[in-house]
Amino acid sequence: VYAAAPGTSAPETMVPSSVPQPKDDFQEELVIRPLHSGDIYASFQFRTLWDTDFMRDNKVSHYRLFPKSLGQVISKFSVRELHISFTQGYWRTMQWGQPFISSPPGAELWVWFQDSVTDVDATWKELTNVLSGIFCASLNFIDSTNTVQPSASFKPLGIGNETDHRFLRYATLPREIVCTENLTPWKKLLPCGSKAGLAVLLKSEKLFHSSFHSQAVHIRSVCQDRQCKTTSWELRQTLNSVFDLHTSGQGKREWSLFKMFSRTLTEACPLASSSKLYIDITDNSQGEQFELIPATSLLSQAVVLGDRRTFSVYDLTQETTFGSVRSLNLLIRWKSSECDMLRPLLHAERYVAGYGLQTGEIHTLMYNNHPYRSFPVLLLDSVPWYLRLYIHTLSVTSKGKDNKPSYIHYEPSKDRVRPHLLEMLIQLPPNSVTEVTVQFERALLKWTEYPPDPNHGFYVGSSVISSLVPSTVAMDTNSTQERPLFSSFFPCKEESSYFVRIYTEPLLVNLPTPDFSMPYNVICLTCTVVAVGYGSLYNLLTRSFQIEEPNPGLAKRIANVIRKMRGVPPL
Amino acid sequence: MAAPLTLLLIVAVTIRAALFRSSLAELIAERVEVVSPITAWKRGKRGWSGGLEPPRPTPLIIYLFHFLVDYAEITFMVSRNKRSSLLETEEFRKQKFALEADRYPLDCLELIRSPKEMFYTPLKVAMFYLLNPFTILSCVAKSTCGLNNAVLALFVLSTIKGNVLLSAVFLCLATYQSIYPVTLCAAAMLYFMQRQFIPVNLRRASFWWFVVQYLFMFLGSLFVIICLSFFLLGSWDYLPSVYGFILSVPDLTPNIGLFWYFFAEMFEHFRLFFLCVFQINVFFYTIPLSIKLKEHPVFLMFMQLAVISIFKSYPTVGDVALYLAFLPVWSHLHRFLRNIFLVSCVLLACSALFPVLWHLWIYAGSANSNFYYAITLLFNVAQILLVSDYFYAFLRREHHLTYGLYLKRKDGSEATLVLK
Repeated sequence: VYAAAPGTSAPETMVPSSVPQPKDDFQEELVIRPLHSGDIYASFQFRTLWDTDFMRDNKVSHYRLFPKSLGQVISKFSVRELHISFTQGYWRTMQWGQPFISSPPGAELWVWFQDSVTDVDATWKELTNVLSGIFCASLNFIDSTNTVQPSASFKPLGIGNETDHRFLRYATLPREIVCTENLTPWKKLLPCGSKAGLAVLLKSEKLFHSSFHSQAVHIRSVCQDRQCKTTSWELRQTLNSVFDLHTSGQGKREWSLFKMFSRTLTEACPLASSSKLYIDITDNSQGEQFELIPATSLLSQAVVLGDRRTFSVYDLTQETTFGSVRSLNLLIRWKSSECDMLRPLLHAERYVAGYGLQTGEIHTLMYNNHPYRSFPVLLLDSVPWYLRLYIHTLSVTSKGKDNKPSYIHYEPSKDRVRPHLLEMLIQLPPNSVTEVTVQFERALLKWTEYPPDPNHGFYVGSSVISSLVPSTVAMDTNSTQERPLFSSFFPCKEESSYFVRIYTEPLLVNLPTPDFSMPYNVICLTCTVVAVGYGSLYNLLTRSFQIEEPNPGLAKRIANVIRKMRGVPPL
Repeated sequence: MAAPLTLLLIVAVTIRAALFRSSLAELIAERVEVVSPITAWKRGKRGWSGGLEPPRPTPLIIYLFHFLVDYAEITFMVSRNKRSSLLETEEFRKQKFALEADRYPLDCLELIRSPKEMFYTPLKVAMFYLLNPFTILSCVAKSTCGLNNAVLALFVLSTIKGNVLLSAVFLCLATYQSIYPVTLCAAAMLYFMQRQFIPVNLRRASFWWFVVQYLFMFLGSLFVIICLSFFLLGSWDYLPSVYGFILSVPDLTPNIGLFWYFFAEMFEHFRLFFLCVFQINVFFYTIPLSIKLKEHPVFLMFMQLAVISIFKSYPTVGDVALYLAFLPVWSHLHRFLRNIFLVSCVLLACSALFPVLWHLWIYAGSANSNFYYAITLLFNVAQILLVSDYFYAFLRREHHLTYGLYLKRKDGSEATLVLK
């Protein structure tokens, strides 16, 4: 690994060999957005771009900024796109607004494979096990019972012509817990590790003390220029956190980097070509809501999530940002506490209705808060096989009337093999609530199939709602222009709408349980009943009726024995 | 005869119609004692509207349901009534045959049934079937059990009437729906051989010739129906889906049988072994019963139906009602029955306790699965006692018919009979 001198930007490899080393580039940024509920939303993004070809025959051996473990995963398993996320907590859209990149609680993994893969299921199984080792997570629980092949959702986010959904696999583990063991290998994938740059702020004791924590890795191919003659591989590592006002502050509404992360910034990552800190000051145009210390004159505007937002920018590659103390401890002091938030245009909820352990009903509610525009949403539901859906009871209603989806794709489940997959394209009328309900029946499983603490319940993964939401400002469709990382994640194909993907809550469903202390007893008792049947029929089949000689009483029998001994005739 | 029967039919139809219209219909359709994964209407609908997976009820049944979905109620009620009328005519035949055999000792005259008694037997059979709460519940729940019962009754009727081809066809239909009726082959063959005066002797060529004929007809129609299903569905997937489901018991939904809890608590290592044991248990009573009852094929049919209903993998109360409906035919055995009071009390108590303990387990949460399992065990023990009691009474009556009713011991005092 060649280390560049600190302070330079756009480092290039310096090895004088005949084969020119492919160019790689690393950028990091942190966006801090004060939320209307008083919490703080911090979003880290680290992007590595590398124009190399993992798919050619010569194995790539010289890794610099791109982590070797992920490069080997891409070339060995012929991965076209990989998205994996680990989330702790649930994103509260109504209080916090829309996140830049959303993720469901637990672990989520979706992968597009190249067309050259012959056995996608075997490759998927190996890939999940390898990723489980890389991220120290129990992704080995991903198997055919929780993997689905969505037919319409999860289209590739990178470039590519083929969209045969046989090469797509999606799985989610809602029960997965995120902790320090998952953060450490994630930090190791960064070029500077956690030693320099923005990654020094990632301390686990503060990060996991938050209301929401999500870390993700996204790998895809992107175009280098507008004509898209050459492509490069992009690796994005994102980390979103929401810090709670009440647990972190002492009641005073004052935030600082030190309070949130227990560290301050001292330098940018030397390998980064750009290292920036963005504070969202759109609602603070005259400085009436909060005050930033130290102040900065750099401003930037970006169109993100259909809205034009203004940001104060701190460029960490400049020495002047750190001031005389050689450290940046950004302070946000709140002046007024009143604020109102724009209601997010798309919002969803999900819950289980019903009582008892036999049946139930899943209700998914989708809110369209736009006053006059309706837009279509694609709903993806993956329900485990032990909740037997009665798909003929599926009903979609908006404003009390039946709303027929224009596209329904349903794959029924197979016991112990695959889950239910339901995908629907529903048009949401403006300013309305759309309710999707389906009834299900709960199965009784074999006693070995219950997890530890079976009465805790079984998790059902979040529903995924993908949509093109109308935006208030014109979106930029040129994806190769220089833009902040947080606004360039989702490709934008048209100007009037932006892509958003939201996740509902996971469900917790109780199943009837057998008595786990009883296997021997049950076997004995049931076999006894079968033996009673066998015994009665055996007796009746093999014996015949005979006249019975009466049995004399005990006294008489003893007397007869004595009489026989005496030689006297019996009684 | 016709008037009471018509009245009975009207009453039965009224009860069913009333229950269909009430809110209880949905409640009953969800009861696990009445519907099983094989017979449930809701699962059939799911299979049809899903369209992609081979449904658990057999393919022909699904297609039949599709066409009859609007007339389901009438169909079920018609099949109920048809079935009961079949049983009546069958009993007439049987009784006439019994009357013709007058080779019994004189003092057994009171054992032989008089025409006056037998006159009301068909009506009693119809009553036992139509007014049995089990059948009413089965019908209202729109379970396919009713169709199974109807086909079995048609099989019994065609056997009694002597039509070999129809009997083979109906038996094949019954086997197509669930594998277990194949054991009734032996009973049907014995009946025909008795009727055609073919001696049941393994060394005789005529015996084997008849067996080959019957099996050819049975297997031929089975082959035709399976191929028809293949053409309707376009693939062979339904074979492992339906028959594999019945034999390998993957679905452990509670029912009134013995399999569900046993395999829910089974160690993985022994699962296949016990599965084979329990499935063989249904089939292996055929040969011994046929040997013992080779002169009484109708009773053999009853015993086989009872064994199937008790030991099959997904029994429902509709299957129980099927063999309970045969009991009036042997009402003359009641003097030899030993446990009838105990058995009927236990059956009644269990039928009442099933919904109670289910509610306590699933809805109230104050009981657990062991309570429901216990009642299942008790119910099955009671059924076994009932069946073996009738078998004992039948054998005892045969013994008395051969040796006389009032038996005396060597010293002239009254004798007691025991099984030795």
